[in-house]
Amino acid sequence: MNALDIKEINMKYQDISGEIDAITDVSFSIKKGEFLSLVGPSGCGKSTLLSIVSGLLKQSGGEVLIDGEKVEGVSSKIGYMLQKDNLLEWRTIYGNVILGLEIRGELNAESRSYADELLKTYGLYEFKDKYPAQLSGGMRQRAALIRTLVTKPDILLLDEAFSALDYQTRLAVGDDVYRIIKKENKTVLMVTHDIPEAISMSDRIVVLTKRPAVIKAIHEINFENLKERTPLECRKQESFSSYFNDIWKELDVHV
Amino acid sequence: MYKGKKTPENLSEERKKYLRHIAYKKYGILSVQILILIFFITLWEISANLGLIDSFITSQPSRIVDTFLNLTSNDLLMHIGITCFETMVGFLLGVILGTILATLLWWSDTLSKISEPYLVILNSLPKIALGPVIIIWVGAGVKAIIVMALAISLIVTVLELLNGFLQTDKETIKMARTFGANKAQIFSKIVFPANMETLFNSLKINIGLSLVGVIAGEFLVSKAGLGYLIVYGGQVFQLDLVMASVIILAIVAALLYEFVRILEKIVCRKNFRK
Ligand SMILES: Nc1ncnc2c1ncn2[C@@H]1O[C@H](COP(=O)(O)OP(=O)(O)OP(=O)(O)O)[C@@H](O)[C@H]1O
Ligand SMILES: [Mg+2]
Repeated sequence: MNALDIKEINMKYQDISGEIDAITDVSFSIKKGEFLSLVGPSGCGKSTLLSIVSGLLKQSGGEVLIDGEKVEGVSSKIGYMLQKDNLLEWRTIYGNVILGLEIRGELNAESRSYADELLKTYGLYEFKDKYPAQLSGGMRQRAALIRTLVTKPDILLLDEAFSALDYQTRLAVGDDVYRIIKKENKTVLMVTHDIPEAISMSDRIVVLTKRPAVIKAIHEINFENLKERTPLECRKQESFSSYFNDIWKELDVHV
Repeated sequence: MYKGKKTPENLSEERKKYLRHIAYKKYGILSVQILILIFFITLWEISANLGLIDSFITSQPSRIVDTFLNLTSNDLLMHIGITCFETMVGFLLGVILGTILATLLWWSDTLSKISEPYLVILNSLPKIALGPVIIIWVGAGVKAIIVMALAISLIVTVLELLNGFLQTDKETIKMARTFGANKAQIFSKIVFPANMETLFNSLKINIGLSLVGVIAGEFLVSKAGLGYLIVYGGQVFQLDLVMASVIILAIVAALLYEFVRILEKIVCRKNFRK
């Protein structure tokens, strides 16, 4: 069974100045444990699609199935990470990490100890009483990931989750987050502008056209000769650049 | 972040020079400020003594001091107490009502749109003009004075807070919504705490405005308080009393402001640990 089915999703934004067709008939599925990336020109409707999948936005047509079931509103099976870490400056790292649990009313001894465990595993335990302003960009992003993971989502949605970081941190955090996601065996739907990032992390890449978004192509990404796949290792493979060239052509960027 | 003080031995020569320079500058400014005050007071006293100015109209530092020393004969303490009490009540009511109203307006977009023109007009209306109406409605007593303080400070608080609430970072709110947060949770966990700074800024303005309202109210109602003393002193040509009251008023205003600042430090201590 698929973890996520996106069926003929349509989205029209209504606005005083008119109607904006953001997405037309986009359908694809993600298998359990799969890492799928969406790439497409700026403004083509990628964030809109993620907002629909997360339940924050109501689609104009089509349906979203999670584990084969239709969902309405925000599902607890989904964790959504935004571009900025959005850590609350007035809360400690620990206070930030448990925010989602607090909102869902799931704060108890068990979930607290899970939060501690995640903080320990991912190297933030000594910082749990510090404030976000005292952490580096990479650490903040990791804290934001833990805030999402601690609510035990099956599916993670990442919307340009690394693009606020500088290039080197971004590579390192990407590697880091990839390992965490694989270890926790999550299904991922990621949106990115960064083609190399998509190739280095994904099992499949969906290329969208410009607005209104339609699927242009789907690429299977395979690095067979890698024993243990990590984003940084992928970048060193020969086939990496051929994937890049294919996708780059499809994106059809004119300056 | 400031990481502990270095001991003087391991400071470089240049650093020491810089710190000395900063200190000189700081004390230099302070001494000039004090000197100006002393010069002004001395000039006032001497010109009054020499008859260059008429101390009947301008009063005179030594006579103001005498008035202070005769605290009990003027019931000064009682008047200070009353003014402070009225200001605090007006201030607290303004803050509490203002926060409640701003929250309601944040909650309902429609309500806020409907009330917008009224708020704008009320905000620009000189509230002192409402004085006679207030006296007729609630009587010429402490109540009228408190209502006056409230009238002056309330709308500003509402507008200031509402503006802060509405400007809360959209992405942060979206983040809370991804966890399924409802409106009450968004308010209590994100919007309100994100606006602590706005709240205290408006409190600082508010305490001053409340005092303005109270003095204006006391001018009108004229029963007790520093505002009453000032009006009374003026009527009986006791300029010493007027001047003494004005100086006390300045001190009270400074102390009340300081009170809010200390409150802010206590409440926001966490945020200062950046
Ligand atoms: N709330 C809204 N109301 C009206 N139009 C909107 C709204 N949000 C997005 N749009 C429009 O829908 C289109 C798709 O927006 P979306 O944010 O999904 O694009 P995107 O692919 O994520 O872009 P980017 O790569 O720049 O992040 C854009 O043309 C945008 O102007
Ligand atoms: Mg986007």
